[in-house]
Amino acid sequence: MHDKTIAQLSAGLAAGEFSSEELTRALLERIEQFNPSLNAFITVTDEAALSQARAADQRRRQGQAEPLTGVPIAQKDIFCTDGVRTSCGSRMLDRFIAPYNATVVDKLNAAGMVMLGKTNMDEFAMGSSNETSFYGPVRNPWDLDAVPGGSSGGSAAAVAARLAPGATGTDTGGSIRQPAALCGITGIKPTYGRVSRWGMIAYASSLDQGGPFARTAEDCALLLGAMAGFDPRDSTSVNQPVPDYVAALDQPLTGVKIGLPKEYFGDGLDGSVAHVVEAAITEYQALGAQIVEVSLPNSRLAIPAYYVIAPAECSSNLARFDGVRYGHRCDQPKDLLDLYTRSRAEGFGAEVTRRILVGTFALSAGYYDAYYLKAQQIRRLISEDFQRVFAQVDVIAGPTSPTVAFNLGEKVDDPITMYLSDIYTIAVNLAGLPGLSLPVGFVGQRPVGLQLIGNYFAEERLLNAAHRYQQATDWHRRTPTAFA
Amino acid sequence: MEWETVIGLEIHAQLATSSKIFSGASTAYGAEPNTQACAIDLGMPGVLPVLNQQAVRMAAVFGLAIGAEIARRSVFARKNYFYPDLPKGYQISQYELPIVQKGQLTVDLEDGTSKVIGITRAHLEEDAGKSLHEDFQGSSGIDLNRAGTPLLEIVSEPDLRSAKEAVAYMKKLHQMVVYLGICDGNMQEGSFRCDANVSVRHQGDPKLGTRAEIKNLNSFRFVERAIEFEIERQIDLIESGGKVVQETRLYDPDKGETRSMRGKEEANDYRYFPDPDLLPLVLDEAFIAAARAGLPELPDAKKQRFIQQYGLSSYDAAVLTTSRALSDYYEATVSALGGEAKLCANWVMGDLSAFLNKENREITESPVSPVQLAGLLRRIQDRTISGKIAKDVFEALWAGEGETDAIIEKRGLKQITDSSAIEKVIAEVIAANPEQLAQYRGGKDKLFAFFVGQVMKASKGKANPQQVNDLLLEKLKE
Repeated sequence: MHDKTIAQLSAGLAAGEFSSEELTRALLERIEQFNPSLNAFITVTDEAALSQARAADQRRRQGQAEPLTGVPIAQKDIFCTDGVRTSCGSRMLDRFIAPYNATVVDKLNAAGMVMLGKTNMDEFAMGSSNETSFYGPVRNPWDLDAVPGGSSGGSAAAVAARLAPGATGTDTGGSIRQPAALCGITGIKPTYGRVSRWGMIAYASSLDQGGPFARTAEDCALLLGAMAGFDPRDSTSVNQPVPDYVAALDQPLTGVKIGLPKEYFGDGLDGSVAHVVEAAITEYQALGAQIVEVSLPNSRLAIPAYYVIAPAECSSNLARFDGVRYGHRCDQPKDLLDLYTRSRAEGFGAEVTRRILVGTFALSAGYYDAYYLKAQQIRRLISEDFQRVFAQVDVIAGPTSPTVAFNLGEKVDDPITMYLSDIYTIAVNLAGLPGLSLPVGFVGQRPVGLQLIGNYFAEERLLNAAHRYQQATDWHRRTPTAFA
Repeated sequence: MEWETVIGLEIHAQLATSSKIFSGASTAYGAEPNTQACAIDLGMPGVLPVLNQQAVRMAAVFGLAIGAEIARRSVFARKNYFYPDLPKGYQISQYELPIVQKGQLTVDLEDGTSKVIGITRAHLEEDAGKSLHEDFQGSSGIDLNRAGTPLLEIVSEPDLRSAKEAVAYMKKLHQMVVYLGICDGNMQEGSFRCDANVSVRHQGDPKLGTRAEIKNLNSFRFVERAIEFEIERQIDLIESGGKVVQETRLYDPDKGETRSMRGKEEANDYRYFPDPDLLPLVLDEAFIAAARAGLPELPDAKKQRFIQQYGLSSYDAAVLTTSRALSDYYEATVSALGGEAKLCANWVMGDLSAFLNKENREITESPVSPVQLAGLLRRIQDRTISGKIAKDVFEALWAGEGETDAIIEKRGLKQITDSSAIEKVIAEVIAANPEQLAQYRGGKDKLFAFFVGQVMKASKGKANPQQVNDLLLEKLKE
């Protein structure tokens, strides 16, 4: 059962081949067996999962089942879940039990999905390797010495290891696409505003966007359809109807124009990764797509702009973790300043602290214009680059990450090198565009992801392009041997 | 050397919305601590603000009332600082692009002149919670009921030149926001409070002196006293060779003095930046037209109308238009009576106001309605009772003893207008006071009042005063 996709599970449940309770038990057993080596879950909600599964079975008996009813899912531990610890991968929230559900959680619950637990992640979603988590690193199912990517590393690893058929993630600079690539699965970051941010703990509000992980584009289409939609509680959510993503999957790619930004194939891209990506492009040509070279001249500015804007927003977003109302509080504070400084110093890890300090500096009087305003100008230039290219092409394609998964500990002491692993994904967040990563091959045992970028609200097109590729190839069906 | 004072006020008016500016929690005052604070007000992880449209409309109404340009696009920013009663670690406020731009307010001064005071801007922001330092044995308590309450911060130009002008401006602004129905104006509950920026300079000096900011003044009296104290302090300081430092000061009403709270060097760097959780606030022409259409008649216009329509003096018209409720009461009375605007004005400003003051009631809480008051005045008008007797009837009305006519009937207060009855009383009075009569007839005219008094007394106040006058004059001559 664990090797079935969500679409297959949905069909199996509908046909009565197995119950949601049986399916949920089977996956909980796998989690119990494999999580100790992967560390993909921070919290497993087994009892709640079984009771949700029984409710889903009941609902099916009453003829009220929807396609996702009874299908299990893992939630990134950044989404607030009523009555369940929501740690955000941080000591700061180690004992925080959310008093409400994120909209995404509510929506998936309403669809009848079964939450298996909360997945590991880089602390407050700041990291590209899942090594900044207070709960320890997640390991890559393809190679336990390798990182799974981040920040949604636990979700990606859980899906790759067949512990869950799907999972939620969030993507601020690549945190869905990069781990999807490094773990050999499919993940989509929707257009900014497509999925509600209510109850999703903020890292950088103007960049954060939730989205799904699954093994196939079809499964991502099913999940995104359930997650997306206008939410009056999120002022940045966009009031636009959600299309039927599944219905659009099978459209032929004949005549679809795919742009390859020359900047994404230059220095810094690992040669072996480039070969795999080029082979995938060839496959797209075979599927009828027209390949065009394009240019995104301001790409090189994406990382510096991101590392001003994201820390600036994070320095403000994380100010609420002050030890006063909830979260970690130091022992015996001697006065207010001591309460603040020790609670925060003890509650936050090194990377979070680094970004808060950088952001505080960037917003300070006298530096604001040189850093924050400048970064916003770059952001506009990057968006304009994309709009120029989308006047010519339907989809932009390139590598998701410049290398395959690196080894645990390899980049931990070198933040700049670590930041570069998001070089192809970050610009997409700065522009607010949708981006998808799908598995297109391997370098050795480690998977390679292809990133597809679309214009605003072109999720249908991205899912369609990924699905057609997956109909013609079997990379997405490969299973890490140890987790078959 | 002559000194000139320069004052600018920042006034925080709490907007009279039923829910908070970014959450659905109630804004009602006086609830148990933390019972009116939802997840958003508590700054829980993952919560997001949604702007209250009612607050936006009220800000726009204010802007239109002071003749200001309403920004078609304004931006909410985060003002970052740590404080225990500031749950998010930042306050959402408008910084570079406020909703209300330059406007002005005409203020009437004590010497009868008026002065136009510039208003630099007014912007929307959220209030913080309250720290409670008593009753927690060495700790502090925090009440977040007030956190997220919508405020309109109204910033004046440094156009005010004395404490009295500052108070006149503040009163006018207070009247305006209450008139517009956008603020309840309750200063004790903090719904309308003021920070004053005060500096002094030599007369004629084009450069402004260094200013001190006096925080959180919540009564007109405190504003006046605090500013006066501060002016003295600054002048004394400079004249004795010292220098005013830019700082924040607090007014201590018990000691009647201001004292330093924090200096400029301790000032926060608020690290303002646009709040990414809120899109820029964009207002279209239709929204502004609707706000304009909803504007009530403003106090100055109403005062002019009262002078013209009712023939009132400028003073009476000003008093009666102090508040919308008072002017509404007055107009309802005139309308029920069908005229006699001056008589109505006298009674509303006189007996009614005196009774309200005595019992510390608002006009809206008056037990005597405009229709009831008109009923009473009608009986003065048709000479059923005298003005003097009417005061007793009013008291009975106030006490809820029934309607005017019933009270007059029950107490037998009907005025005596029958000439023969009055003549009979006059005859008795004259007969009883031969000595005074002789003196009067001997040229002591002042004694006329004595006879009037005696006749009124004998008739228990019910004789029609005009008739008493006329008849007495006649009889005394005989």
